[in-house]
Amino acid sequence: MNFFGILTFKDFIHGPIETVPQLMIVLGALGVVALLTYFKRWGWLYREWLTTVDHKKIAVMYFILAGIMLVRGMVDAGMMRLQQAISVPGSEGYLSPDHYAQIFTAHGVIMIFFVAMPFMFALINLATPLLLGARDVAYPFLNSLSFWLTAAGAVLINLSLVVGEFAATGWLAYPPLSGLEFSPGVGVDYYIWALQVAGVGTLLAGINFLVTIIKMRAPGMTLMKMPVFAWTTLASMILVIFAFPILTVTLGLLSLDRIAGMHFFTTDLGGSAMLYVNLIWAWGHPEVYILILPAFGIFSELVPVFARKKLFGYTSMVVATMAIAVLSFVVWVHHFFTMGAGANVNAFFGIMTMVIAIPTGVKVFNWLFTMFRGRITFATPMLWFMGFLTTFILGGMTGVLMSIPGVDFQFHNSLFLVAHFHNMIIGGVLFGFFAGFAYWFPKLFGFKLSEVWGKRAFWCWFWGFLVAFMPLYALGIMGATRRLNVVDPAWQPLFIVAGVGLCIIGIGVLMQAVQMYVSIRDRKNNPAGSDPWENGRTLEWSISSPPPAYNFASIPVVHTRDPYFMYKEGGGTGGMTLAKPHDEIEMPASTPMGFIIAIVATVFGFAVIWHIWWLAALALVGIAACVVARSFETDIEKPVRI
Amino acid sequence: MTHPSTHSGQADKVTFGFWVYLMSDCVLFAGLFATYAVLRTATFGGPAIDSIVDLPYVLGETLLLLTSSFTMGLAMLAAHAGKKHLTLAALTATLMLGLGFLTMEVYEFAHLLGAGHGPGTSAFLSSFFTLLGTHGLHVALGSVWMLVVMAHVYVRGLVGGTRSKLMCLGLFWHFLDIIWIFIFTFVYLFGSL
Repeated sequence: MNFFGILTFKDFIHGPIETVPQLMIVLGALGVVALLTYFKRWGWLYREWLTTVDHKKIAVMYFILAGIMLVRGMVDAGMMRLQQAISVPGSEGYLSPDHYAQIFTAHGVIMIFFVAMPFMFALINLATPLLLGARDVAYPFLNSLSFWLTAAGAVLINLSLVVGEFAATGWLAYPPLSGLEFSPGVGVDYYIWALQVAGVGTLLAGINFLVTIIKMRAPGMTLMKMPVFAWTTLASMILVIFAFPILTVTLGLLSLDRIAGMHFFTTDLGGSAMLYVNLIWAWGHPEVYILILPAFGIFSELVPVFARKKLFGYTSMVVATMAIAVLSFVVWVHHFFTMGAGANVNAFFGIMTMVIAIPTGVKVFNWLFTMFRGRITFATPMLWFMGFLTTFILGGMTGVLMSIPGVDFQFHNSLFLVAHFHNMIIGGVLFGFFAGFAYWFPKLFGFKLSEVWGKRAFWCWFWGFLVAFMPLYALGIMGATRRLNVVDPAWQPLFIVAGVGLCIIGIGVLMQAVQMYVSIRDRKNNPAGSDPWENGRTLEWSISSPPPAYNFASIPVVHTRDPYFMYKEGGGTGGMTLAKPHDEIEMPASTPMGFIIAIVATVFGFAVIWHIWWLAALALVGIAACVVARSFETDIEKPVRI
Repeated sequence: MTHPSTHSGQADKVTFGFWVYLMSDCVLFAGLFATYAVLRTATFGGPAIDSIVDLPYVLGETLLLLTSSFTMGLAMLAAHAGKKHLTLAALTATLMLGLGFLTMEVYEFAHLLGAGHGPGTSAFLSSFFTLLGTHGLHVALGSVWMLVVMAHVYVRGLVGGTRSKLMCLGLFWHFLDIIWIFIFTFVYLFGSL
């Protein structure tokens, strides 16, 4: 057995185009190390960040992870747009077919797992305990472990740029293409183990926030007095708990096919590739609702604040949320109507897909009625909401269109579909998360974001999105399928328009960077105060910005929905009651264990990818040793003086 | 005056969270059962389930595991009564029975491999080995965990933190028993029909 498994020096040598990102990753890592050493920040990094279990700091780290990976995913998108804009028969662009396939795979995987998911968990980490009147989450150590495991998955995926290759299979790695026979390299293994490691982190986070919401609400806050964001997070976490084990199984079986010579999904010895497609979508469809439900929750929080009215139809909002959560498990076949399951099966899943539009429509009308006759402030979060409303309704209608199996046979795997789900993920999920980021940023950091640059960024994103994706609807109807590396010359003008759209989005990202720079530079002049939007309704606005480590010096007793608003209305009497604070509060103590376990998990993933079995075994023993050592720790809480 | 960081007790949260984890593990097994159900007949010229079932042998495995659940229950009762040594003795018995089950399962697997019926033979055998192997892996991890909890009981006695660890371990062990009942029924009994 080879000491380094199947890893050889050749795996570090790439073609000229692949060498650029390889060097960027290596130089970027060295640059961070050099900066930390030069400014003597290692101790600070360790004490304040690597070992923290504070949900607010973990939220910041999730934001940073999502931001970095968003840039990487957008570079991938740019490379794809450039390729499709210039590649016609006779002049086949600048990317080899295999490299192009790796890029579109990486783009999808990164945007879902390492941008949207961390962004979502950043907002959930930031807001949930504050909205509930809790001092932290149910299991603060697990929370840190969840984040670091997600980061470990992101490290593995970026490592594939340095050594080896990434999957060239599309973001869900359908077999038989992803099997050993047709993908003999390590690309699919990078895919599998990056997602397995990050997936464990996600599952743990799901359990953590479910227990937090069920067990840690402020006294008096019954479920039906809970802010809607807590409800949507609850629904989303239930989906995580029920969906992510399916992903674990599916990828586990795929890796058994690849490593242990089994035949779950192979073309020979009885394997069934369609079994994989069913399993992966039994996770994959709930996954899109895992992402969109918290975005719905964010809108339900901010629309009342900026419309100066209470939320219209709270109960129907809750019912719609839970209905979507249940229905999301009975629609997965609509991703492959063309499989040939038969007319009756397709009809069932088609109808269920149409049904899910009803609770979604209920939500849209609730937001509209909340705005109706309100005195609306068009702050940046509200702009993201209005942008969402327009684009999301468009995407929803194309979704209902495709839920008709007969129509879907035409659109399956076309750019019409690609336009549809970008419509939902960008116009729905991402706009929602940007709204939440702008809305809660002053609370987290204690100063306001620049409204001017925020609005500029919004308009670039909004118009850039439309210019980039409306042509794809047209191209899909004209017959363009997804993942083409050479396009019909007749389609080229529209592909160029789409590329221009991406450039506009890119300017939007640049403006977001400028917004951060300007806001941090001028932070002294823009203190947030406790209630920066002046009309805050929920508990997070009742405490200082940034909140102290323990969030609430005294846990409020809640009497109504929107307790802080009622408290202000009643001149300090209604809504909630505050007891006299205690002198000392027991808070969870920092621990490096989450970070250490994640590093060992990264080593484990790398070892399995490269078949370095001794190292993999060693890493597993290491993880077990860490967990056992942690179970014997007693000083897991420390008193904090107020 | 020091105020606890949380409203409800930590042990309460740990037990509830562990239930939720068990539900997610249940979904994991549901995925494996579904896979087995789909691939059960995909023998592709290799042996089918009825030709590899040895019911009396599997009954032995089942009795070992069920008895271990009983001794685990005894350990919980002893822990509630505050009897440290009795708890440790019952846990040791549980561990022995669990290891006995694992030994029998490994022997069964070795026997199949020796006869040339490994997991790479057919899709059916892939799903058979993976479903049973995942359960066996859980039992093995549970055994290691049991050793750790025994060390806790031995070093610290039956204090609050140890009790809640014992509670979770107990839930886990009974959960594996339930999964095995399903395996026994749907794989072995239905398979030998």
